[in-house]
Amino acid sequence: MRNALLLASCLLAAAACRREQREIVHSPAASHASGGIVRLSELQPGQPTPEVEVRNASEEKAYDINEGKRLFAAYNCSGCHSHGGGGIGPALMDNYWVYGSHPENIHDTIVEGRPNGMPSFGGKIPDYQIWEIVAYVRSLSGLVNPTVAPSRDDHMQVKVAEQSKKEESTEEKKKP
Amino acid sequence: MRLLFATFQSPLHPAGPYARAIERLWWVFFAITAVIYVLMLIGFALAVRKGARRKQADLSDEATRSGARFITIALSATTVILIGLLFTSIATGRDISPVDDKVTREIKITGHQWWWEVQYAEARPDMIVETANELHLPVGERVKLILDSDDVIHSLWIPNLHGKRDLIPGYDGVLTLTADKTGTYRAQCAEFCGLQHAKMAFLVIVEPKADFERWLTAQRLPAPFPKTADQQHGQQVFLTSTCVMCHAIKGTSAGARTGPDLTHLASRRTLGAGILPNTLGNLHGWIANAQTIKPGVLMPPNPLEPNDLHALVAYLETLQ
Repeated sequence: MRNALLLASCLLAAAACRREQREIVHSPAASHASGGIVRLSELQPGQPTPEVEVRNASEEKAYDINEGKRLFAAYNCSGCHSHGGGGIGPALMDNYWVYGSHPENIHDTIVEGRPNGMPSFGGKIPDYQIWEIVAYVRSLSGLVNPTVAPSRDDHMQVKVAEQSKKEESTEEKKKP
Repeated sequence: MRLLFATFQSPLHPAGPYARAIERLWWVFFAITAVIYVLMLIGFALAVRKGARRKQADLSDEATRSGARFITIALSATTVILIGLLFTSIATGRDISPVDDKVTREIKITGHQWWWEVQYAEARPDMIVETANELHLPVGERVKLILDSDDVIHSLWIPNLHGKRDLIPGYDGVLTLTADKTGTYRAQCAEFCGLQHAKMAFLVIVEPKADFERWLTAQRLPAPFPKTADQQHGQQVFLTSTCVMCHAIKGTSAGARTGPDLTHLASRRTLGAGILPNTLGNLHGWIANAQTIKPGVLMPPNPLEPNDLHALVAYLETLQ
């Protein structure tokens, strides 16, 4: 029993390390769109191709989500999306996604740009930074794992640190 | 060993009145504590010798009384010396914190993780000079440094000119100083500020007034349009790749304010906040992958094609 507890706590500790892992040396890959893996429409001729799920490693690291927030400010995303509340561009903290909520959808939105205003950042931001921004954007509407959302800031911010929250739902709240 | 006796980053080689006051205080403390240290060692040696000769402890009334007298004298001497040092220290503190505000120039220094932004204040916005990791000062002029931080607390320490002063986010710290000896001095962040705190240095260049004015006038100019085809290609690389997301070059469409202003990059002596001499090879390496030189720095690796990288460096070298 005691040994089992010890083993369990060791495993828990290892899991905690993963969350706080900081990658200093990144792969210098340039950003490019996913190349046809991501589909913008569900309508397909013939049998629909199964969806390929893309794993965003940055979504498992608290530091990366924080870096995403720093880059969100540094690259002036707030200029249109206003810290996620929306303004010129759509809000990012609700459950309404014009071009899909999966990490690969948001990645392609940033890399390729979208009609009516979203600039294309392909080739201007390294790929690892785009994935960090994707992780942060998804944390705004509660789509990242609640154990990862850091609840603290690694850089000085004017806003409170992101807390884990419930996933946004489309159902309107009933008034009591 | 050479570094131990280096004069370019040493409070014992003052180049201004405030640093001189600090140096004086240092020598006073050093002389007094050195004398006391030597006296203590002699006393200790004597006691050991006396104890070794004696078979039994002397517990007579007279010996106890003489011991008590000695302790009383030593304690009073310690108190007097400590109070004396306290007042010398306070006097020095007063000497280096002038109350009058007459300065000829105001310079704003902002600390970033991990570099220094330097801005020479002017009434007209187009006359403001912005540079990074290098502070030029005219000799003999009294200047006011306004210290702020963009992220965490940093601390500015130019040992040859003054003591340390913290850069606190959202709070303007003030450091007034005069440099009266020309030369190049090295300054260092003196408050742990993260992964690359040790590699957050900068140079202070104290030069004659005419040289300083010439430097300031040159820094006000926007970047010239590149002349050769190679340099023009380099400018295109700069403006169309990752560089433009963080850096500004006046005279072009690059205007981001996340990283250092590069309008006069080639005129600076160091790269990466005082850690590398500004040479062609170092510039290539820094752009290609700064992470291998300064792990954790916010500059990402840039996988450019070799001919693009050469052209980019050729363009950056024109930014005198």
